[in-house]
Amino acid sequence: MRSALYARRRRRNAVAMTLSLGATLIGLGWLVLILGALLWQGVNGLSLKVFTEMTPPPGAGGGLLNPIFGSLIMTTLAVLIGTPVGILAGTYMAEYGRYARTTSVVRFINDILLSAPSIIVGLFIYEVVVAQMGHFSAFAGALALAVIVIPVVIRTTEDMLLLVPNALREAAAALGMPRAYIIRHVAYRAAKAGIVTGVLLAIARISGETAPLLFTALNNQFWSSNLNAPMASLPAVIFQFALSPYADWQKLAWTGALIITLAVLTLSIAARVVTRTRRQS
Amino acid sequence: MPSRAQVLVRMRLADKAFQYLTQATALGVLALLGCIILALIIGALPALRTFGFDFLLTQSWNPVTERFGALAPVYGTIVTSVIAMAIAVPIGLLVAVFLTELCPLWLRRPVGIAIELLAGIPSIIYGIWGLFVLAPFLQVHVQPLLIDVFGEVPILSSLFAGPPYGIGTLTAGLILAVMVLPFITSISRDVFEAVPTVLKESAYGLGCTTWEVFRNVVLPYTRAGVIGGVMLGLGRALGETMAVTFVIGNAHKISPSILAPGTTISATIANEFTEAVGDLYTSSLIALGLILFAITLVVLALARYLLLRVERRLGG
Repeated sequence: MRSALYARRRRRNAVAMTLSLGATLIGLGWLVLILGALLWQGVNGLSLKVFTEMTPPPGAGGGLLNPIFGSLIMTTLAVLIGTPVGILAGTYMAEYGRYARTTSVVRFINDILLSAPSIIVGLFIYEVVVAQMGHFSAFAGALALAVIVIPVVIRTTEDMLLLVPNALREAAAALGMPRAYIIRHVAYRAAKAGIVTGVLLAIARISGETAPLLFTALNNQFWSSNLNAPMASLPAVIFQFALSPYADWQKLAWTGALIITLAVLTLSIAARVVTRTRRQS
Repeated sequence: MPSRAQVLVRMRLADKAFQYLTQATALGVLALLGCIILALIIGALPALRTFGFDFLLTQSWNPVTERFGALAPVYGTIVTSVIAMAIAVPIGLLVAVFLTELCPLWLRRPVGIAIELLAGIPSIIYGIWGLFVLAPFLQVHVQPLLIDVFGEVPILSSLFAGPPYGIGTLTAGLILAVMVLPFITSISRDVFEAVPTVLKESAYGLGCTTWEVFRNVVLPYTRAGVIGGVMLGLGRALGETMAVTFVIGNAHKISPSILAPGTTISATIANEFTEAVGDLYTSSLIALGLILFAITLVVLALARYLLLRVERRLGG
């Protein structure tokens, strides 16, 4: 009787543990399947032409130069706009307003913004910028991406500044430094690696974002460096080309997908390396 | 050469200026959320004024007669999310169990990172993969099987009725499940790890198996955190756009079969917004966005509230 119960409990445990191992293998399997398909389909389309030629009309050869350029421009602009805002807000939350009620409210709202659907951000910028200016523009696209950058940077800046030991701040204060100096010359310097990680993660996040660009920057078949006009971006071109019936467009879409994934994975690994060296030192 | 007093005054001024600057940007975040909600409401007003409350209950979506209703996209959003959560919650929790209880220490970090990489892959990649790899596979190998097996069962037969298109509600739910999985896993792993060792060891001391310790000690202790993680995943599933747009088929109708094409709120907006002609059409799409934002706000706020409670308990 007793041993029967024991055997049943052992059996149930074995089943549960096998299931958990199986679940992990499924999770890892998906990753392998996705990366495998990307490499398989994307690599044979990779050539120098991808980086030197414009997007082609269907049936003609071409590359992805203008969307790559557009993605770089809009990502850079978004980071230039979003990072200072994020760092300043994060600074308030971790330094001046560490115990203020505002801070917990801002943190709560920021965490919600962090996971809000990105297509809503697109709609918002459309309403506020595109509809007012009367036309789509790369600038609107960059603004939409900046709205996504801000919460990411705020979150990491606050977390990293909170990790800076108070003894450092007190030592600086004892030397007679005003608070703004302590923050800029002591706290920022101690939290630099963490803040850089936050920016890298934000870049990784926006470099694959499609939804907020669809009706802000729109898309462009041709080369354009005009911020006041529609601009191509890699995700938008992938969206257009993958859903097209043309085989050569679909092939370019796979290649673009491979480029984005490699960029995103490199960035997130770089972000991990930055924090890791910090932890060791 | 400025005097000492002058320097002090200047420093104090600079300090105040910096403080107000940071405070203003922090408050700007609140204003940002307010502006988003306001812009959506203003944009949605024409549609809401025309259709009123019926907007939520109408299934028709006809740009020619300008008759718009949100029922089909809302239905699709909910059904795909339910499918995604039904698959991702058990798998995600089991992965977290593996990572905290079973996995050898040296393997924990790499496996954890690999699962988190799934979260880092942009949604458009899931979309293109779902369209070209997953959908054809399901069409040829899985969906005919489902139709055969459940074709005779009374209620399930309508759930799995119709031809195997490959794309459709089920495929979208599957893709969403993969995207949501890492969120559920990483949060549950974090809260599982925070369970005091003493609690677990005393259960082991009584002779519990690993599963019993998890089921009767770890899970009850971390319930709020796990639910928070699940809600966070749900928030992502509800609002996910590109991956779903690729594989759902974009059909504005409510079909009892989960193999049939459907649409979601975000897919509708992504597909039709730039092509929308006329103020009422655009406004209806923005109204859809407003509904989506309202739903996700509630879900995300609930998730953050639960996680915050856990954090406080663990911290204090």
